[in-house]
Amino acid sequence: MAKLKDLASMEDRLVPGHGMCLGCGIPLIFKIILRATEDPIIIANATGCLEVCTTIFPRTSWNMTWMHSAFENAASTIAGVEAMYKALKMKGRIPQDKKIKFLGVGGDGATYDIGLQALSGTVERGHDIVYICYDNNAYANTGGQRSSATPLGASASTSPAGTQSPGKLQRRKDLTKILVAHNIPYVAQASPGRWKDLYNKAKKAFEIEGPAFLNVLCVCPTEWKYDESQGVRLLQTALDTCVWPLYEVENGKYKINYKPKEKKPVLEWLKPQGRFRHLFKEENTWVLEKFQKQVDEDWEELNKLALY
Amino acid sequence: MRKETWKELTIGTINLDAGNSVKNLTGTWRSGKKPQFIEEHCIQCFFCWLYCPHFAILVEDGEVKGINYDYCTGCGMCSVECPTKEKAIVMVEEEAELAEGSGK
Repeated sequence: MAKLKDLASMEDRLVPGHGMCLGCGIPLIFKIILRATEDPIIIANATGCLEVCTTIFPRTSWNMTWMHSAFENAASTIAGVEAMYKALKMKGRIPQDKKIKFLGVGGDGATYDIGLQALSGTVERGHDIVYICYDNNAYANTGGQRSSATPLGASASTSPAGTQSPGKLQRRKDLTKILVAHNIPYVAQASPGRWKDLYNKAKKAFEIEGPAFLNVLCVCPTEWKYDESQGVRLLQTALDTCVWPLYEVENGKYKINYKPKEKKPVLEWLKPQGRFRHLFKEENTWVLEKFQKQVDEDWEELNKLALY
Repeated sequence: MRKETWKELTIGTINLDAGNSVKNLTGTWRSGKKPQFIEEHCIQCFFCWLYCPHFAILVEDGEVKGINYDYCTGCGMCSVECPTKEKAIVMVEEEAELAEGSGK
């Protein structure tokens, strides 16, 4: 089992000097994931916070091979690179024992919405890649527009809360289950607040042959509007309220990785965040009830699925 | 910084100088508060290293040695996550200085 001390002494593949916000959750995720394999990694990164903040021309924070992709095609780009690697190996231009890992990366905008088609195609074709979605629940890079990952009732710049609306009216899309429906070898949901779990999942994803997908919750102080020092606490609350359950699906078999001893009410998750502030007005209590009901139903369903 | 012309840029503006953002000192963003490392209280759990978004925890020879103020933006996550009873990282007031700019 990896120890933090050993991880800390490994080489940084993502170096400081990037322009991500105070208290951003993205570097916490990639600090762990990029250490989960010793092999060289090639990244195709869709447009989003991570891409924009780490590569402000003429600078780059990547100490490794990294490629920019448009919003919609990070998965296709990395699929192409992987196909090229296979072809060159067959022709003998890359030694047979040379191992390279292929990583597609996108935010929730690039994965849930714009790049879903490309991602679906890539995993269906069975490329040996890993795709990581860091889900911060909005298009945070362009000013916090709603995405299909934005939860019910959240105020976003294109679903603002006001006298006529309690924020976003629709519930969030369950992308992890969509990927499970592709019947690929490995799909998991993780959180940087549980680093061992995230590390193990990333390691498994890299080692498994064929496509693997990780959906990782990412805190965003800018769009969620909470005190930036409380990020990791908030991640833990997401697990304890079952808003973001940790589970993995290996060859169709569900396994829940974290069960809270006592399931907390979603209020604890909603309260610290400014994007949900309006829900605590009297006229919006129905949204709170609906939110809680949806979380309960999803958790129950997940528990049932894990029985098989 | 002098801007390169199109003739000097690599084809496809490929950046061959990997990891050159270390010249971008994000510590200039810090305003009002900064973390202070108290070595006697530290139990070397590395949580501060784990939860620092700007990679500003100094690790030398497998031990946490302090904070790299060149990159620390003062978000305070390291201090909140420090698990010791008497915290090994506390947030202290810092007089804000005007940033000098990123270069000539």
